[in-house]
This record gives sequence, structure tokens and C-alpha cells, in this order.
Amino acid sequence: MSARLAIRAPGLGVSIQDGGRHGHRHIGVPLSGALDPIFLAAANGLLGNPADSAGLEVLLAGPVLEALDAPVRIALAGAMGARHLGSAGTRRAMPAWSTLTLQPGEQLQVGSPRGVGYIAIEGGLLTPPLLGSRSTYARAGLIHLATTLPCQTARGHGSERQNLALSHEDGPIRVIPGPQDEHFSAAALERFYTEAFQLTRQRDRMGLRLAGPRLEHSRLGADIVSDGVTPGAIQVPADGQPILLLADCQTVGGYPKIATVIRADLPRLAHLQAGDEVRFRAVDADEAAAARAALARRLSDWLAGARPAAAGGEPDTATLLAANLAGAAVRGDDPHLWPDSTRPGT
Amino acid sequence: MHPQPRLLALGDAAFTVEFGPQLTPDTQARVLGLAAGLAELQAAGALPGVIEWVPTFRSVTVHFDPDRCPPRHLAARLQALAGEGRQATGSGREWTIPVCFEGEFAPDLEAVASARGLSREAVVAQLTATEFTVCMLGFLPGFPYLGGLPASLEMPRLATPRPRVPAGSVAIAGRMGAIYPWDSPGGWRLVGRSPVSLFDATRAARPALFAPGDRVRWQAVGPDALAAP
Repeated sequence: MSARLAIRAPGLGVSIQDGGRHGHRHIGVPLSGALDPIFLAAANGLLGNPADSAGLEVLLAGPVLEALDAPVRIALAGAMGARHLGSAGTRRAMPAWSTLTLQPGEQLQVGSPRGVGYIAIEGGLLTPPLLGSRSTYARAGLIHLATTLPCQTARGHGSERQNLALSHEDGPIRVIPGPQDEHFSAAALERFYTEAFQLTRQRDRMGLRLAGPRLEHSRLGADIVSDGVTPGAIQVPADGQPILLLADCQTVGGYPKIATVIRADLPRLAHLQAGDEVRFRAVDADEAAAARAALARRLSDWLAGARPAAAGGEPDTATLLAANLAGAAVRGDDPHLWPDSTRPGT
Repeated sequence: MHPQPRLLALGDAAFTVEFGPQLTPDTQARVLGLAAGLAELQAAGALPGVIEWVPTFRSVTVHFDPDRCPPRHLAARLQALAGEGRQATGSGREWTIPVCFEGEFAPDLEAVASARGLSREAVVAQLTATEFTVCMLGFLPGFPYLGGLPASLEMPRLATPRPRVPAGSVAIAGRMGAIYPWDSPGGWRLVGRSPVSLFDATRAARPALFAPGDRVRWQAVGPDALAAP
């Protein structure tokens, strides 16, 4: 049986994302998919969905959702809570890392995440896929966020789940050197691996700009004949300031890449905020494999720790604080953060 | 003799096989040769864990799942495959693309003509006499980098890119031509406009019109050809 989820207010930086649009990069179609596939998997896991089922990704401010036709079960992952508006005028906080069933006509006002947050829907969003994925790629108009989204009716009732916050590792971001490390001076390579960089305000789904010590190029220079790039690649143009590519990055690029972030650390990049300090550490393929295994264990341990939510009662202060409902504190209107083409619904 | 191709790690889930530092007809043929070899192996089920590969001007980037496909093993196979030196030309399809080189649709044509000491008509005559080769697709879905622009029309990119280049714009920069499939920012010189749709995601079998190795000619048409059908 089918239900629908209406988007009553679009939020800011909200898109549909799943595991990404694989297999089309040779014709210039970016990978896309969740910036943090681990948090998407966590939200899906609370609902019993496959890890990469399509959900909503929130970068700045969450949407207002309303169930239509039938009950819809929703899960939140990330440092992002919500406010549930019941049909009888009741208002309750929905904490992060939990599920809730919206009855038809009820609304959920999702707050602003610290970093990136995910809204999963039981059964996954059932919007039509395009080229094998439901992910939004705004620059080429692939999958706009519609005002009503088809989904599955919630099964059963009263079986909500919750969990503690899932956190990522900290420490330096791990990278594999190259592929164009020879385009940098020895001093630049030394600086890259020993000094700190700050995230600037320029952040979207295509990439992040960092500011820090200038990374001078070697005599080979700051231009290459364009070659393949991938999320995690760290390009350094002539100004010597790194650009970290993310899920919506182009498929090819003409700047030398000093290093490339390993897959296990890509989800961490999604949560970097302006002013955050970033350091890099070089690893080899074996260490990258160990990091992927450790991350998979972290997720499976977390999923095993989910438990039934306490029934009824008012949430305590800690839960309300964790819900992070201070949406107005986020400068969602900052034009530097969001070019028009990436605003949902335009 | 060809130099041995280089295998470069692009993180822990991709390798770039590089045939040379520059785009040349030889490196392009070897790029397409490796892509053809990979396609045959995948069709035979002999590339488990390899997700996709991207042919570029001078290299092929192979994206794989490192948990299904040990990187060392794949590296050795790619090196052996690239070392065979196979050459290919792609499908060899030939396209004639209608382009209006007039008025508002060619905002940079006058600047190109005066910079190169030519009349507008002479520039258009050279553009329509050129047989371009699709070197790669990238930048945007379906965006073709067209090699073969004569040196007499070589121009640097604009110092300041336009914030919005309309979809269908036909452009040149360096020794390349291109057609923008989408509205986007862009720094190439706009010399015309084409009504042809270069990308359609609902055309599932072949969303992009062009493939690397295709040959493309531009044919001058009037502004009427740009009217919506």
C-alpha cells in the first residue's frame, strides 16, 4: 500500500540521495549520492531499509514534511532533531537518531543539522529513478525535489526505535598521495602533510575550499591536461589553496591533485564547517583497507545497539537539547554557500 | 617506441592509466584501445568489482570497489592490459550538427575574427570545414571536448568566465571546440548556437549523443533552425 510525503516547506540544501549514480561517469554524469553514506545507512537501518535506500539529505535547514493518505515512518540521523505536530495540536520533540510514525495530516518540522543530516523513510523514497539512481544532481536538472514524494505505508504501529549518536573518528583525514604529487615542490608536500588548513565558507555538494599555507607547484606547473577525478580528490589550482571534491564533483578536472582522501574518510568531509581545522596524513592501500573495515564495524556495532524507543511520556531535557531545534541560528540565506542552481525546487 | 603507460592511484578506489602527458592522436588511440579491452573483459564477466571507467584525453580512470577487487591484483591486470598497446578509433560515427553562427547566437565571433585578422565569414568557413574528433565527455553530462580546431582559430579562454552560458552554445578555446548541453557558467568563446540535444537522461540506452572517437562537423544554418520544434 502506498502513501505520500508532502514537502510543506523545502528547507535549504535539501536533496534526495541514495548510493549514487554509478556507471555513467564516462559520459560526464557525476556520481552524486549521500555525502555521508554511513549516516544515510544509519537512518535506513533504524527502519530496516537497505543501507542505500533513497532518503532526504539536509545540508542547511530541514524541510517540513506531512504524511498524506496513510501513516509514514521516518528516521533521523545526524545532529538534527525535529518537532512533531500532532493532529490534535500536540507538539513533541523528535530526537535525532530515532524513528517516528507520522499519521496522515500530521507534520514534522525538521531542524538544522550540525554538518549533514539524513531523513530516511520506511521502504525508501519511491520516486522514479533516473540512470539507475534517485539522487538529485541539481546542475543538470536530474531529479528535482518534488512537492509530494511517493513512499510506502508504515507497517505495524508502536515499534519506534532509537539509538545513541553515531560519531565518526577524528584525527587527520587520511589520503593516498597523488596522482599528481610530482606537480608540487618538496616544501609544498611537506606543508600539506604537517600544517593545518581551515575550511572556508565555500561549501556545497561539489566540493569544499580550504585555506592554509600556500602549496607551490613544481616546475611542472598548476595546469594538467584534464584527467579523471573522483570524490575525495584534492585539487590545487594556481593560487595554491586546496579544493576538496565531493559527491557531485565533475568527472574530469584540469588541476593537479596532490592527494586523494580514502573512502573511509569521505563521510567525515560532509560534516566540516567553515573555520574547522583539517589536517592530512598519507596512508597506503593496506591502511585504507583497514580503515574501511573499521568503519563497517562501527556502523554494524551501532546498528546492533538500536533499541525500542520508550513509549509515551515527555522527552527529558537532554533529549530536547540533542534535538537541536535552533533552526534560526543557521545562516541559511548566505548566498556564498548556495548558488541558485543548488537550491532545491528551483 | 611508445613509453610504458603509467599507473597512478586516485585514492583507494580508482586507478588512472596514463599513456602520456599530452593529447596526441597516438595517446587517444591507446586510450580508446584500453577502453575497448575493458569493455570486452566486462562483457565476459572477467572484471569483478570494476564499476566503470572514464576515457579522457590521455588516460583512462578505472573506478572499482576495493573490497571486491584487491587493488594490487587490479593494478597488475591494468598494467598488463595497457602494456599490450592496443589501439582503437571508437565507434567512428559521423555527425553533422546544425549551428547558427549569426547575431546574438554568436556573441564572440567578431572578437575571434578580429583577433585572428579574419572576416566573420572566413572564421565560419574554417569552422564548418573542420572535422572534429570527440576526445572525451566531461565537465557536464554529455559535454563533448572536440579536438581538431585549426591553429589559425586558436584563442585563449575568456579571462573572466560568463556566469551563464545558454544550453546549445557552440564554443571554441585553445585547439578545441565544444557544445554546451546545459546552461552553465563557462569561459569558452561562443561562436554559435545549435538546437541539437546532446544529453537526455530518459534515453536510457544512450543518454549522451556522442561517444569518444566520433567525428563531428558543424553545418551553418539560419536562426529559424533554432526555433523550438
